[in-house]
Amino acid sequence: MNRYLERLYNGLWKENPTFVLMLGMCPTLAVTTSAINGIGMGLSTTVVLVLSNMMISALRNIIPDRVRMPAFIVVVASFVTIVQFLMEGFTPSLYASLGIYIPLIVVNCIILGRAESYASKNPILPSMFDGIGMGLGFTVGLTLIGMVREILGNGSVFNVAITPLNNYHISLFGLAPGAFFVLGGLVAIMNVIRKKMEAKGKPLPAAQGCLAGDCSGCSLSSACTGKAAGSQASATTESSGKEENN
Amino acid sequence: MSYFTGLILLLVASAIVNNVVLSQFLGLCPFLGVSKRVETAAGMGGAVIFVITIASFVASIIYKFILVPTGFEYMQTIVFILVIAALVQFVEMFLKKSVPSLYESLGVYLPLITTNCAVLGTAINNVTNNYDILESVINGFGVAVGFTIAIVIMAGIREKIEYNDIPETFKGSAIVLVTAGLMAMAFLGFSGVI
Repeated sequence: MNRYLERLYNGLWKENPTFVLMLGMCPTLAVTTSAINGIGMGLSTTVVLVLSNMMISALRNIIPDRVRMPAFIVVVASFVTIVQFLMEGFTPSLYASLGIYIPLIVVNCIILGRAESYASKNPILPSMFDGIGMGLGFTVGLTLIGMVREILGNGSVFNVAITPLNNYHISLFGLAPGAFFVLGGLVAIMNVIRKKMEAKGKPLPAAQGCLAGDCSGCSLSSACTGKAAGSQASATTESSGKEENN
Repeated sequence: MSYFTGLILLLVASAIVNNVVLSQFLGLCPFLGVSKRVETAAGMGGAVIFVITIASFVASIIYKFILVPTGFEYMQTIVFILVIAALVQFVEMFLKKSVPSLYESLGVYLPLITTNCAVLGTAINNVTNNYDILESVINGFGVAVGFTIAIVIMAGIREKIEYNDIPETFKGSAIVLVTAGLMAMAFLGFSGVI
């Protein structure tokens, strides 16, 4: 059982996809206008992640290595389509506010990253818990960012107005620029935490994906290699040579 | 309003008013990753224009003539992502064989674009908005031009930022995001135009 709890802890805290690994930034910026949207996006990503992790792990000995990326994409895209229709049927208002970002879950680096770096190498149950942990970690990240933006931009949390604050809200934070500002602030805070943890001798795992300047993390063709791709790149020392060799 | 005025409005709207990066948050990966120097940014922009325009064309043809007649519209996400992945491979091979000079300037960026969410996003948007084939192509071209404008401006700013005295914690991607936020504010000013 410990192994499963370890996966949950890993996704929620140690390698949190939003705060530590900094993966999946497109949806993070786009849908976090409110806490509710953050939860909705996070949970739908979690469902896709858990199902695709289980499926890919079940098929890991059948899928030939050379065509694994297209195979993974088909699996992920199928689950995304299913989730999309379920949301359209049962949560139409959430479906309308998330819009195009639901089908775009297909190209979320977290999902292919986990498929490549974990699910394709491990049995079904651990892969499932890995999906749950990573997905919930992503949900928590999106919800927290959504809460910050909703408080600053609208003076409310989960659509409940906070009395003194809703008179002084800065609507900019609900719009596109606010998303960039909040994320920029978050990266800066993580830089400070990273430095503190390094001084303590417990360095955090390196950031991956776009923010570490490592585009290959998001590109399916050159394989979303998850851990291996960004292991040398860290958010504090932005790798300079990275973009050249892409 | 005639059809052609509509097309021009669509082009301006998709390139500037609803800028793909700064107001739709699509294609952020290359926007943050490949924007260190103006030349590379322009190369990336060129490749994106090339791929998104072709991909919108092919995706809308496939949707209209294969998916709709057979009643498989719900397969659009799966079909589009596979079509785009295959298309990028094909374009890469074609350029390598037939137009080597273009391949040399765009080649390195092509694999990066495969799953740039802007490509898939544009294809899906075209279908959701019921654009016909010509409108899809114009929209795709506009989106890609918007991306190029954003990434080239960003690269220009980043070349300058490099010599500035930035607070230690904001060095790296944090300052880039704040810069992107300021650019998004500027682009917000276009929102009343159309």
